[in-house]
Amino acid sequence: MTIAQFLVLSAALFSIGIYGVLVRRNAVLVLLSVELMLAAVNINFVAFGRYFADATAGGQMFALFIITVAAAEVGIGLAIVLLIFRNRASANIDELDVLKW
Amino acid sequence: MFDYHALAPDFIVAGTVLAVLGADLFLPAGRKWLSAVVGILGLTLALIPIATLAAGDEGVRAMLDGSYVIDDFALVLKVFFILTGYIVLLMSVAYIEEDRYYQGEYYFLLLASLLGGMVMASSRDLVTLFVGLELVSGPAFLLAGWRKADSRSNEAALKFFVIGVLSAAILVYGMSLVYGMTGSLTFEGIRAASASVAEEPVFVLGILLVLVGFGFKISAVPFHFWAPDTYEGAPTPVTAYLSVGSKAAGFVGVLLVTYVAFGGAPDIWGPTLWILAALSMVVGNLIALRQENIVRLLAYSSIAHAGFMLVPFAAAGLVEGASLNQAFEATVSYVLIYGIMNLGAFAVVIAAARRTGSGQIRDWAGLGSYAPGISILLTLFLFSLAGIPPLAGWYAKFVMFLAVLQDANGWTIVLAAIAAVNAVIALYYYARVVQSVWMDAPPEHINPEPEPTGVSPSLGLAFGMLAVAVVVVGVFPELIAQFAKAASLIAGG
Repeated sequence: MTIAQFLVLSAALFSIGIYGVLVRRNAVLVLLSVELMLAAVNINFVAFGRYFADATAGGQMFALFIITVAAAEVGIGLAIVLLIFRNRASANIDELDVLKW
Repeated sequence: MFDYHALAPDFIVAGTVLAVLGADLFLPAGRKWLSAVVGILGLTLALIPIATLAAGDEGVRAMLDGSYVIDDFALVLKVFFILTGYIVLLMSVAYIEEDRYYQGEYYFLLLASLLGGMVMASSRDLVTLFVGLELVSGPAFLLAGWRKADSRSNEAALKFFVIGVLSAAILVYGMSLVYGMTGSLTFEGIRAASASVAEEPVFVLGILLVLVGFGFKISAVPFHFWAPDTYEGAPTPVTAYLSVGSKAAGFVGVLLVTYVAFGGAPDIWGPTLWILAALSMVVGNLIALRQENIVRLLAYSSIAHAGFMLVPFAAAGLVEGASLNQAFEATVSYVLIYGIMNLGAFAVVIAAARRTGSGQIRDWAGLGSYAPGISILLTLFLFSLAGIPPLAGWYAKFVMFLAVLQDANGWTIVLAAIAAVNAVIALYYYARVVQSVWMDAPPEHINPEPEPTGVSPSLGLAFGMLAVAVVVVGVFPELIAQFAKAASLIAGG
Protein backbone atom coordinates (compact mmCIF):
# COMPACT_ATOMS: atom_id res chain seq x y z
CA MET A 1 0.00 0.00 0.00
CA THR A 2 1.25 3.46 -0.77
CA ILE A 3 1.20 6.49 1.49
CA ALA A 4 -1.19 8.22 -0.92
CA GLN A 5 -3.99 5.80 -0.08
CA PHE A 6 -3.80 6.68 3.59
CA LEU A 7 -3.73 10.37 2.83
CA VAL A 8 -6.80 10.16 0.60
CA LEU A 9 -8.68 8.24 3.30
CA SER A 10 -7.71 10.81 5.90
CA ALA A 11 -8.59 13.77 3.67
CA ALA A 12 -12.00 12.19 2.98
CA LEU A 13 -12.64 11.61 6.71
CA PHE A 14 -11.58 15.15 7.53
CA SER A 15 -13.92 16.58 4.89
CA ILE A 16 -16.83 14.47 6.14
CA GLY A 17 -16.09 15.77 9.63
CA ILE A 18 -16.13 19.42 8.52
CA TYR A 19 -19.36 18.81 6.60
CA GLY A 20 -20.90 17.33 9.74
CA VAL A 21 -19.85 20.25 11.93
CA LEU A 22 -21.38 22.72 9.47
CA VAL A 23 -24.60 20.85 8.71
CA ARG A 24 -25.59 18.90 11.81
CA ARG A 25 -27.77 20.77 14.29
CA ASN A 26 -27.58 18.39 17.23
CA ALA A 27 -24.67 19.23 19.55
CA VAL A 28 -23.80 15.55 20.12
CA LEU A 29 -23.54 14.91 16.38
CA VAL A 30 -21.35 18.00 15.97
CA LEU A 31 -19.11 16.54 18.65
CA LEU A 32 -18.96 13.22 16.78
CA SER A 33 -18.03 15.05 13.58
CA VAL A 34 -15.11 16.71 15.34
CA GLU A 35 -14.02 13.27 16.52
CA LEU A 36 -14.02 12.14 12.87
CA MET A 37 -11.71 15.04 12.04
CA LEU A 38 -9.34 14.04 14.83
CA ALA A 39 -9.40 10.43 13.63
CA ALA A 40 -8.34 11.70 10.20
CA VAL A 41 -5.41 13.50 11.83
CA ASN A 42 -4.40 10.32 13.63
CA ILE A 43 -4.39 8.34 10.39
CA ASN A 44 -2.13 11.00 8.87
CA PHE A 45 0.30 10.94 11.75
CA VAL A 46 0.56 7.17 11.99
CA ALA A 47 0.93 6.81 8.21
CA PHE A 48 3.67 9.45 8.04
CA GLY A 49 5.41 8.05 11.12
CA ARG A 50 5.52 4.62 9.48
CA TYR A 51 6.57 6.10 6.12
CA PHE A 52 9.56 7.95 7.59
CA ALA A 53 10.49 4.94 9.80
CA ASP A 54 11.12 7.67 12.36
CA ALA A 55 13.43 6.28 15.09
CA THR A 56 11.63 8.28 17.79
CA ALA A 57 8.20 7.25 16.42
CA GLY A 58 7.16 10.92 16.48
CA GLY A 59 4.03 10.46 14.39
CA GLN A 60 2.70 7.54 16.41
CA MET A 61 3.45 9.37 19.65
CA PHE A 62 1.59 12.47 18.49
CA ALA A 63 -1.40 10.25 17.60
CA LEU A 64 -1.41 8.89 21.16
CA PHE A 65 -1.46 12.42 22.56
CA ILE A 66 -4.32 13.37 20.24
CA ILE A 67 -6.35 10.35 21.35
CA THR A 68 -5.87 11.39 24.99
CA VAL A 69 -6.74 15.02 24.34
CA ALA A 70 -9.78 13.98 22.28
CA ALA A 71 -11.05 11.87 25.19
CA ALA A 72 -10.71 14.84 27.55
CA GLU A 73 -12.50 17.08 25.06
CA VAL A 74 -15.41 14.66 24.73
CA GLY A 75 -15.71 14.61 28.52
CA ILE A 76 -15.90 18.40 28.65
CA GLY A 77 -18.20 18.61 25.65
CA LEU A 78 -20.71 16.08 26.94
CA ALA A 79 -20.74 17.83 30.31
CA ILE A 80 -21.66 21.10 28.61
CA VAL A 81 -24.27 19.45 26.36
CA LEU A 82 -25.82 17.68 29.38
CA LEU A 83 -26.02 20.99 31.23
CA ILE A 84 -27.80 22.66 28.32
CA PHE A 85 -30.14 19.69 27.89
CA ARG A 86 -31.12 19.93 31.56
CA ASN A 87 -31.85 23.64 31.31
CA ARG A 88 -33.71 23.66 27.99
CA ALA A 89 -34.67 20.03 27.25
CA SER A 90 -32.97 20.28 23.87
CA ALA A 91 -29.44 19.87 22.54
CA ASN A 92 -30.15 21.65 19.29
CA ILE A 93 -27.57 24.28 18.37
CA ASP A 94 -30.07 26.37 16.38
CA GLU A 95 -32.13 27.03 19.48
CA LEU A 96 -29.22 28.73 21.23
CA ASP A 97 -30.11 32.28 20.31
CA VAL A 98 -30.11 34.27 23.53
CA LEU A 99 -26.86 35.87 22.46
CA LYS A 100 -26.99 37.12 18.91
CA TRP A 101 -24.21 35.81 16.69
CA MET B 1 18.23 14.86 31.08
CA PHE B 2 15.88 16.85 33.28
CA ASP B 3 16.95 20.22 34.55
CA TYR B 4 14.82 20.53 37.67
CA HIS B 5 15.82 24.12 38.29
CA ALA B 6 14.54 25.08 34.85
CA LEU B 7 11.32 23.09 35.32
CA ALA B 8 10.69 24.42 38.83
CA PRO B 9 8.23 27.23 37.86
CA ASP B 10 6.01 24.83 35.94
CA PHE B 11 6.21 22.17 38.65
CA ILE B 12 5.33 24.67 41.37
CA VAL B 13 2.28 25.89 39.45
CA ALA B 14 1.27 22.27 38.76
CA GLY B 15 1.62 21.57 42.51
CA THR B 16 -0.47 24.64 43.25
CA VAL B 17 -3.21 23.40 40.92
CA LEU B 18 -3.44 20.19 42.96
CA ALA B 19 -3.07 22.01 46.30
CA VAL B 20 -6.04 24.25 45.44
CA LEU B 21 -8.18 21.22 44.66
CA GLY B 22 -7.02 19.53 47.88
CA ALA B 23 -7.61 22.63 49.99
CA ASP B 24 -11.16 22.81 48.67
CA LEU B 25 -11.88 19.38 50.19
CA PHE B 26 -10.97 20.48 53.70
CA LEU B 27 -12.15 24.09 53.81
CA PRO B 28 -15.52 24.70 55.50
CA ALA B 29 -18.30 26.14 53.36
CA GLY B 30 -17.88 29.78 54.45
CA ARG B 31 -14.15 29.88 53.84
CA LYS B 32 -13.84 28.57 50.31
CA TRP B 33 -12.19 31.82 49.24
CA LEU B 34 -9.08 30.63 51.08
CA SER B 35 -8.38 28.33 48.11
CA ALA B 36 -7.78 31.53 46.10
CA VAL B 37 -5.22 32.50 48.74
CA VAL B 38 -3.52 29.12 48.28
CA GLY B 39 -3.42 29.84 44.54
CA ILE B 40 -1.91 33.30 45.03
CA LEU B 41 0.75 31.94 47.39
CA GLY B 42 1.63 29.20 44.90
CA LEU B 43 1.95 31.68 42.05
CA THR B 44 4.22 33.87 44.20
CA LEU B 45 6.38 30.86 45.00
CA ALA B 46 6.69 30.11 41.28
CA LEU B 47 8.18 33.56 40.67
CA ILE B 48 11.23 32.69 42.83
CA PRO B 49 12.79 30.09 40.48
CA ILE B 50 11.96 32.36 37.53
CA ALA B 51 13.97 35.12 39.20
CA THR B 52 16.94 32.81 39.87
CA LEU B 53 16.77 31.47 36.29
CA ALA B 54 16.74 35.00 34.89
CA ALA B 55 19.64 36.03 37.13
CA GLY B 56 21.71 32.98 36.17
CA ASP B 57 23.89 33.28 33.08
CA GLU B 58 23.61 29.77 31.68
CA GLY B 59 21.78 31.05 28.63
CA VAL B 60 19.28 28.73 26.96
CA ARG B 61 18.43 25.58 28.90
CA ALA B 62 17.12 22.92 26.54
CA MET B 63 15.57 19.62 27.58
CA LEU B 64 14.27 16.55 25.74
CA ASP B 65 16.29 17.13 22.55
CA GLY B 66 15.32 20.77 22.44
CA SER B 67 11.56 20.15 22.73
CA TYR B 68 11.23 22.01 26.00
CA VAL B 69 13.32 25.14 26.41
CA ILE B 70 13.80 27.79 29.07
CA ASP B 71 15.06 30.97 27.41
CA ASP B 72 14.27 34.65 27.81
CA PHE B 73 11.11 34.39 25.71
CA ALA B 74 9.81 31.54 27.87
CA LEU B 75 10.65 33.36 31.11
CA VAL B 76 9.03 36.66 30.06
CA LEU B 77 5.84 34.91 28.96
CA LYS B 78 5.74 32.73 32.09
CA VAL B 79 5.89 35.83 34.28
CA PHE B 80 3.15 37.38 32.14
CA PHE B 81 0.88 34.35 32.60
CA ILE B 82 1.56 34.22 36.36
CA LEU B 83 0.76 37.91 36.80
CA THR B 84 -2.39 37.51 34.68
CA GLY B 85 -3.33 34.68 37.01
CA TYR B 86 -2.80 36.92 40.04
CA ILE B 87 -5.03 39.65 38.73
CA VAL B 88 -7.78 37.29 37.57
CA LEU B 89 -7.76 35.52 40.95
CA LEU B 90 -8.13 38.88 42.72
CA MET B 91 -10.96 39.87 40.37
CA SER B 92 -12.73 36.53 40.87
CA VAL B 93 -12.80 36.22 44.67
CA ALA B 94 -15.73 38.50 45.46
CA TYR B 95 -17.52 37.80 42.16
CA ILE B 96 -17.50 34.02 42.58
CA GLU B 97 -18.35 34.19 46.24
CA GLU B 98 -21.47 36.23 45.51
CA ASP B 99 -22.53 33.67 42.93
CA ARG B 100 -22.32 30.76 45.39
CA TYR B 101 -21.08 28.30 42.79
CA TYR B 102 -18.27 25.80 43.33
CA GLN B 103 -15.32 27.99 44.25
CA GLY B 104 -12.49 25.48 44.73
CA GLU B 105 -12.99 23.95 41.30
CA TYR B 106 -13.12 27.41 39.73
CA TYR B 107 -9.64 28.28 40.96
CA PHE B 108 -8.40 24.80 40.06
CA LEU B 109 -9.54 25.21 36.44
CA LEU B 110 -8.23 28.77 36.18
CA LEU B 111 -4.76 27.78 37.39
CA ALA B 112 -4.71 24.67 35.18
CA SER B 113 -5.43 26.87 32.18
CA LEU B 114 -2.58 29.21 33.17
CA LEU B 115 -0.23 26.25 33.47
CA GLY B 116 -1.06 25.44 29.85
CA GLY B 117 0.10 28.92 28.83
CA MET B 118 3.36 28.44 30.72
CA VAL B 119 3.95 25.09 28.99
CA MET B 120 3.30 26.70 25.58
CA ALA B 121 5.87 29.42 26.26
CA SER B 122 8.54 26.73 26.71
CA SER B 123 7.44 24.38 23.95
CA ARG B 124 9.64 24.06 20.91
CA ASP B 125 7.93 21.16 19.16
CA LEU B 126 4.47 20.60 17.75
CA VAL B 127 3.38 17.98 20.32
CA THR B 128 4.19 20.12 23.36
CA LEU B 129 2.66 23.16 21.71
CA PHE B 130 -0.57 21.28 20.98
CA VAL B 131 -0.85 19.75 24.45
CA GLY B 132 -0.15 23.14 26.05
CA LEU B 133 -2.80 24.79 23.89
CA GLU B 134 -5.38 22.16 24.83
CA LEU B 135 -4.52 22.64 28.50
CA VAL B 136 -5.26 26.35 28.04
CA SER B 137 -8.55 25.71 26.23
CA GLY B 138 -10.09 22.73 28.04
CA PRO B 139 -10.53 24.38 31.46
CA ALA B 140 -11.54 27.63 29.74
CA PHE B 141 -14.56 25.90 28.10
CA LEU B 142 -15.79 24.90 31.55
CA LEU B 143 -15.08 28.31 33.07
CA ALA B 144 -17.14 30.02 30.35
CA GLY B 145 -20.16 27.95 31.41
CA TRP B 146 -19.59 28.48 35.10
CA ARG B 147 -23.01 29.96 35.92
CA LYS B 148 -24.80 26.69 35.46
CA ALA B 149 -28.35 28.00 35.79
CA ASP B 150 -27.79 30.98 33.46
CA SER B 151 -28.74 30.07 29.90
CA ARG B 152 -26.48 32.80 28.51
CA SER B 153 -23.49 31.26 30.24
CA ASN B 154 -24.50 27.80 28.92
CA GLU B 155 -24.69 29.18 25.43
CA ALA B 156 -21.32 30.93 25.78
CA ALA B 157 -19.72 27.65 26.86
CA LEU B 158 -21.21 25.59 24.01
CA LYS B 159 -20.28 28.09 21.30
CA PHE B 160 -16.76 28.43 22.70
CA PHE B 161 -16.42 24.66 22.98
CA VAL B 162 -17.60 23.83 19.45
CA ILE B 163 -15.37 26.50 17.90
CA GLY B 164 -12.50 25.51 20.19
CA VAL B 165 -12.47 21.82 19.27
CA LEU B 166 -13.08 22.59 15.59
CA SER B 167 -10.08 24.93 15.54
CA ALA B 168 -7.96 22.36 17.41
CA ALA B 169 -8.85 19.71 14.81
CA ILE B 170 -7.94 22.06 11.93
CA LEU B 171 -4.72 22.98 13.71
CA VAL B 172 -3.53 19.39 14.20
CA TYR B 173 -4.52 18.44 10.66
CA GLY B 174 -2.23 21.25 9.51
CA MET B 175 0.47 20.00 11.85
CA SER B 176 0.16 16.47 10.44
CA LEU B 177 0.71 17.79 6.90
CA VAL B 178 3.74 19.80 8.04
CA TYR B 179 5.12 16.69 9.75
CA GLY B 180 4.47 14.70 6.61
CA MET B 181 6.40 17.14 4.41
CA THR B 182 9.33 17.81 6.74
CA GLY B 183 9.60 14.54 8.70
CA SER B 184 10.17 16.43 11.90
CA LEU B 185 8.13 17.55 14.87
CA THR B 186 10.63 19.96 16.44
CA PHE B 187 10.62 23.58 15.28
CA GLU B 188 14.32 23.38 14.56
CA GLY B 189 13.90 20.30 12.39
CA ILE B 190 10.94 21.82 10.51
CA ARG B 191 12.91 24.99 9.86
CA ALA B 192 15.91 23.04 8.57
CA ALA B 193 13.76 20.90 6.26
CA SER B 194 11.40 23.65 5.08
CA ALA B 195 13.79 25.08 2.46
CA SER B 196 13.51 21.96 0.30
CA VAL B 197 9.71 21.70 0.48
CA ALA B 198 8.73 25.40 0.58
CA GLU B 199 7.16 25.18 -2.89
CA GLU B 200 5.11 22.03 -2.18
CA PRO B 201 1.36 22.83 -2.12
CA VAL B 202 0.77 20.36 0.73
CA PHE B 203 3.32 22.15 2.90
CA VAL B 204 1.67 25.51 2.12
CA LEU B 205 -1.73 24.01 2.98
CA GLY B 206 -0.30 22.70 6.27
CA ILE B 207 0.98 26.16 7.24
CA LEU B 208 -2.33 27.79 6.29
CA LEU B 209 -4.35 25.29 8.35
CA VAL B 210 -2.09 25.86 11.37
CA LEU B 211 -2.61 29.62 11.01
CA VAL B 212 -6.39 29.15 10.71
CA GLY B 213 -6.36 27.05 13.88
CA PHE B 214 -4.53 29.78 15.78
CA GLY B 215 -6.70 32.42 14.10
CA PHE B 216 -9.71 31.06 16.01
CA LYS B 217 -7.69 31.13 19.24
CA ILE B 218 -6.66 34.78 18.89
CA SER B 219 -10.14 35.65 17.50
CA ALA B 220 -8.85 37.26 14.31
CA VAL B 221 -11.46 38.09 11.65
CA PRO B 222 -12.90 35.97 9.90
CA PHE B 223 -12.53 33.47 12.77
CA HIS B 224 -13.85 35.83 15.43
CA PHE B 225 -17.63 35.27 15.52
CA TRP B 226 -17.59 33.17 18.69
CA ALA B 227 -15.78 35.81 20.74
CA PRO B 228 -18.47 38.46 21.41
CA ASP B 229 -21.08 35.85 22.40
CA THR B 230 -18.71 33.93 24.62
CA TYR B 231 -17.36 37.09 26.23
CA GLU B 232 -20.85 38.39 26.94
CA GLY B 233 -22.25 35.15 28.34
CA ALA B 234 -19.28 34.07 30.46
CA PRO B 235 -18.77 35.42 34.00
CA THR B 236 -16.86 38.72 33.65
CA PRO B 237 -13.61 37.61 35.40
CA VAL B 238 -13.53 34.63 33.04
CA THR B 239 -14.04 36.99 30.11
CA ALA B 240 -11.07 39.02 31.33
CA TYR B 241 -9.02 35.83 31.43
CA LEU B 242 -10.16 34.73 27.95
CA SER B 243 -9.43 38.10 26.39
CA VAL B 244 -5.94 38.29 27.91
CA GLY B 245 -4.58 34.90 29.03
CA SER B 246 -6.15 32.73 26.36
CA LYS B 247 -5.45 35.27 23.60
CA ALA B 248 -1.82 35.67 24.75
CA ALA B 249 -1.46 31.87 24.63
CA GLY B 250 -2.71 31.96 21.03
CA PHE B 251 -0.16 34.65 20.19
CA VAL B 252 2.63 32.61 21.82
CA GLY B 253 1.65 29.83 19.42
CA VAL B 254 1.56 32.12 16.37
CA LEU B 255 4.90 33.72 17.28
CA LEU B 256 6.58 30.34 17.75
CA VAL B 257 5.26 28.69 14.60
CA THR B 258 5.83 31.65 12.27
CA TYR B 259 9.21 33.01 13.37
CA VAL B 260 10.77 29.78 14.64
CA ALA B 261 9.19 26.77 12.91
CA PHE B 262 8.22 28.35 9.57
CA GLY B 263 11.01 30.94 9.67
CA GLY B 264 12.13 29.64 6.27
CA ALA B 265 8.78 30.34 4.60
CA PRO B 266 7.83 33.96 5.42
CA ASP B 267 6.37 34.42 1.93
CA ILE B 268 3.53 32.06 2.96
CA TRP B 269 2.57 33.39 6.38
CA GLY B 270 3.39 37.05 5.70
CA PRO B 271 0.57 37.71 3.19
CA THR B 272 -1.88 35.51 5.15
CA LEU B 273 -1.34 37.43 8.35
CA TRP B 274 -1.45 40.75 6.42
CA ILE B 275 -5.02 39.87 5.38
CA LEU B 276 -6.00 38.72 8.89
CA ALA B 277 -4.52 41.88 10.44
CA ALA B 278 -6.32 44.24 8.04
CA LEU B 279 -9.67 42.42 8.35
CA SER B 280 -9.47 42.19 12.15
CA MET B 281 -8.75 45.89 12.57
CA VAL B 282 -11.44 47.08 10.15
CA VAL B 283 -14.25 44.65 11.02
CA GLY B 284 -13.54 44.66 14.77
CA ASN B 285 -13.58 48.44 15.02
CA LEU B 286 -16.55 49.03 12.72
CA ILE B 287 -18.77 46.56 14.57
CA ALA B 288 -17.58 47.94 17.92
CA LEU B 289 -19.02 51.33 16.93
CA ARG B 290 -22.55 49.95 17.11
CA GLN B 291 -22.34 48.05 20.41
CA GLU B 292 -24.67 48.92 23.28
CA ASN B 293 -23.25 46.46 25.80
CA ILE B 294 -19.89 47.31 27.34
CA VAL B 295 -18.63 43.70 27.35
CA ARG B 296 -19.51 43.24 23.67
CA LEU B 297 -17.80 46.55 22.94
CA LEU B 298 -14.65 45.32 24.69
CA ALA B 299 -14.95 42.00 22.83
CA TYR B 300 -14.91 43.74 19.44
CA SER B 301 -12.16 46.05 20.65
CA SER B 302 -10.10 42.98 21.61
CA ILE B 303 -10.65 41.59 18.10
CA ALA B 304 -9.34 44.87 16.70
CA HIS B 305 -6.37 44.76 19.06
CA ALA B 306 -5.57 41.25 17.79
CA GLY B 307 -5.37 42.87 14.35
CA PHE B 308 -2.89 45.49 15.64
CA MET B 309 -0.79 42.69 17.16
CA LEU B 310 -0.71 40.90 13.80
CA VAL B 311 0.55 43.99 11.92
CA PRO B 312 4.28 43.43 12.69
CA PHE B 313 4.04 39.88 11.29
CA ALA B 314 3.15 41.32 7.92
CA ALA B 315 6.24 43.55 8.03
CA ALA B 316 8.44 40.60 8.95
CA GLY B 317 6.96 38.36 6.28
CA LEU B 318 6.57 40.75 3.35
CA VAL B 319 9.65 42.96 3.44
CA GLU B 320 12.86 41.43 2.16
CA GLY B 321 15.58 41.70 4.81
CA ALA B 322 13.33 43.26 7.46
CA SER B 323 14.46 42.99 11.05
CA LEU B 324 12.66 39.94 12.41
CA ASN B 325 13.75 40.79 15.94
CA GLN B 326 12.11 44.18 15.78
CA ALA B 327 8.81 42.81 14.49
CA PHE B 328 8.86 40.06 17.11
CA GLU B 329 9.63 42.58 19.84
CA ALA B 330 6.74 44.80 18.69
CA THR B 331 4.21 41.98 18.96
CA VAL B 332 5.50 40.86 22.37
CA SER B 333 5.38 44.45 23.69
CA TYR B 334 1.85 44.85 22.37
CA VAL B 335 0.68 41.60 24.00
CA LEU B 336 2.21 42.53 27.38
CA ILE B 337 0.79 46.07 27.42
CA TYR B 338 -2.60 44.98 26.07
CA GLY B 339 -2.73 42.46 28.94
CA ILE B 340 -2.29 45.19 31.56
CA MET B 341 -4.86 47.59 30.13
CA ASN B 342 -7.49 45.06 29.12
CA LEU B 343 -7.43 43.34 32.52
CA GLY B 344 -7.82 46.81 34.03
CA ALA B 345 -10.76 47.62 31.80
CA PHE B 346 -12.54 44.40 32.77
CA ALA B 347 -11.81 44.92 36.50
CA VAL B 348 -13.48 48.33 36.27
CA VAL B 349 -16.36 46.88 34.25
CA ILE B 350 -17.01 44.39 37.08
CA ALA B 351 -17.11 47.21 39.64
CA ALA B 352 -19.23 49.53 37.47
CA ALA B 353 -21.67 46.79 36.42
CA ARG B 354 -22.15 45.87 40.07
CA ARG B 355 -22.77 49.51 40.97
CA THR B 356 -25.25 50.20 38.19
CA GLY B 357 -26.71 46.69 37.97
CA SER B 358 -26.32 46.73 34.18
CA GLY B 359 -23.82 46.19 31.40
CA GLN B 360 -25.61 48.51 28.98
CA ILE B 361 -23.67 51.66 28.18
CA ARG B 362 -26.78 53.88 28.39
CA ASP B 363 -27.33 52.80 32.01
CA TRP B 364 -23.83 54.01 32.82
CA ALA B 365 -24.68 57.60 31.91
CA GLY B 366 -23.74 59.99 34.68
CA LEU B 367 -21.68 57.39 36.53
CA GLY B 368 -19.09 60.11 37.12
CA SER B 369 -21.53 62.11 39.24
CA TYR B 370 -22.13 59.39 41.85
CA ALA B 371 -19.13 57.01 41.51
CA PRO B 372 -16.20 59.25 40.55
CA GLY B 373 -13.47 56.76 41.56
CA ILE B 374 -14.73 54.02 39.25
CA SER B 375 -15.30 56.56 36.48
CA ILE B 376 -11.76 57.95 36.67
CA LEU B 377 -10.33 54.43 36.41
CA LEU B 378 -12.68 53.58 33.55
CA THR B 379 -11.51 56.69 31.71
CA LEU B 380 -7.89 55.77 32.38
CA PHE B 381 -8.13 52.24 30.98
CA LEU B 382 -10.31 53.12 27.99
CA PHE B 383 -7.99 55.96 26.96
CA SER B 384 -5.04 53.64 27.41
CA LEU B 385 -6.73 51.11 25.08
CA ALA B 386 -7.23 53.97 22.61
CA GLY B 387 -3.50 54.69 22.77
CA ILE B 388 -3.45 58.19 24.24
CA PRO B 389 -0.12 59.23 25.83
CA PRO B 390 1.07 59.16 28.58
CA LEU B 391 -0.90 55.94 29.23
CA ALA B 392 0.71 52.59 28.38
CA GLY B 393 -1.28 51.99 25.20
CA TRP B 394 0.60 54.61 23.18
CA TYR B 395 3.85 52.66 23.40
CA ALA B 396 2.21 49.47 22.10
CA LYS B 397 0.93 51.37 19.04
CA PHE B 398 4.25 53.20 18.65
CA VAL B 399 6.39 50.03 18.41
CA MET B 400 3.79 48.50 16.11
CA PHE B 401 4.04 51.43 13.66
CA LEU B 402 7.82 51.50 14.04
CA ALA B 403 8.11 47.82 13.12
CA VAL B 404 5.89 48.19 10.07
CA LEU B 405 7.36 51.46 8.75
CA GLN B 406 11.08 51.12 9.40
CA ASP B 407 11.73 48.65 6.59
CA ALA B 408 8.72 49.51 4.51
CA ASN B 409 7.40 48.55 1.10
CA GLY B 410 4.06 49.25 -0.58
CA TRP B 411 2.20 46.52 1.26
CA THR B 412 3.32 47.50 4.74
CA ILE B 413 2.62 51.20 4.10
CA VAL B 414 -0.97 50.32 3.11
CA LEU B 415 -1.30 48.26 6.28
CA ALA B 416 0.10 51.08 8.40
CA ALA B 417 -2.45 53.44 6.85
CA ILE B 418 -5.28 51.01 7.68
CA ALA B 419 -3.94 50.76 11.25
CA ALA B 420 -3.80 54.55 11.58
CA VAL B 421 -7.40 55.01 10.41
CA ASN B 422 -8.51 52.29 12.81
CA ALA B 423 -6.73 53.87 15.76
CA VAL B 424 -8.90 56.95 15.16
CA ILE B 425 -12.12 54.92 14.86
CA ALA B 426 -11.26 53.14 18.10
CA LEU B 427 -10.75 56.44 19.89
CA TYR B 428 -14.27 57.42 18.86
CA TYR B 429 -16.08 54.52 20.52
CA TYR B 430 -13.94 54.58 23.68
CA ALA B 431 -14.51 58.32 23.98
CA ARG B 432 -18.26 57.85 23.49
CA VAL B 433 -18.42 55.71 26.66
CA VAL B 434 -16.30 58.17 28.61
CA GLN B 435 -18.40 61.11 27.43
CA SER B 436 -21.62 59.42 28.48
CA VAL B 437 -20.18 58.55 31.90
CA TRP B 438 -19.07 62.11 32.65
CA MET B 439 -21.49 64.37 30.80
CA ASP B 440 -24.92 62.73 30.60
CA ALA B 441 -27.50 62.75 33.39
CA PRO B 442 -27.98 59.46 35.28
CA PRO B 443 -31.07 57.44 34.23
CA GLU B 444 -33.92 57.62 36.71
CA HIS B 445 -33.85 54.02 37.94
CA ILE B 446 -30.28 54.35 39.29
CA ASN B 447 -29.98 55.07 43.00
CA PRO B 448 -27.14 57.60 43.38
CA GLU B 449 -26.72 57.03 47.13
CA PRO B 450 -23.41 55.31 47.96
CA GLU B 451 -23.69 51.56 48.37
CA PRO B 452 -23.12 50.13 51.84
CA THR B 453 -20.75 47.44 50.59
CA GLY B 454 -18.74 49.27 47.92
CA VAL B 455 -15.96 47.68 45.90
CA SER B 456 -14.48 44.54 47.44
CA PRO B 457 -10.88 44.95 48.68
CA SER B 458 -9.48 42.27 46.37
CA LEU B 459 -11.04 43.85 43.28
CA GLY B 460 -9.84 47.27 44.46
CA LEU B 461 -6.31 45.91 44.84
CA ALA B 462 -6.49 44.42 41.32
CA PHE B 463 -7.44 47.61 39.53
CA GLY B 464 -5.28 49.74 41.79
CA MET B 465 -2.19 47.79 40.74
CA LEU B 466 -3.21 47.85 37.08
CA ALA B 467 -3.89 51.60 37.14
CA VAL B 468 -0.41 52.24 38.56
CA ALA B 469 1.07 49.89 35.95
CA VAL B 470 -0.73 51.63 33.07
CA VAL B 471 0.61 55.04 34.09
CA VAL B 472 4.13 53.88 35.01
CA VAL B 473 4.59 51.85 31.82
CA GLY B 474 3.24 54.76 29.80
CA VAL B 475 5.81 57.13 31.27
CA PHE B 476 8.70 54.65 31.37
CA PRO B 477 8.02 52.27 28.45
CA GLU B 478 11.54 50.83 28.64
CA LEU B 479 10.26 48.78 31.61
CA ILE B 480 8.32 46.65 29.13
CA ALA B 481 10.64 47.23 26.18
CA GLN B 482 13.65 45.55 27.76
CA PHE B 483 11.70 42.36 28.44
CA ALA B 484 10.27 42.33 24.93
CA LYS B 485 13.74 42.89 23.50
CA ALA B 486 15.17 40.00 25.52
CA ALA B 487 12.31 37.78 24.38
CA SER B 488 12.88 38.63 20.72
CA LEU B 489 16.27 36.89 20.62
CA ILE B 490 14.65 33.64 19.46
CA ALA B 491 13.27 35.28 16.30
CA GLY B 492 16.71 34.79 14.74
CA GLY B 493 17.05 37.49 12.13
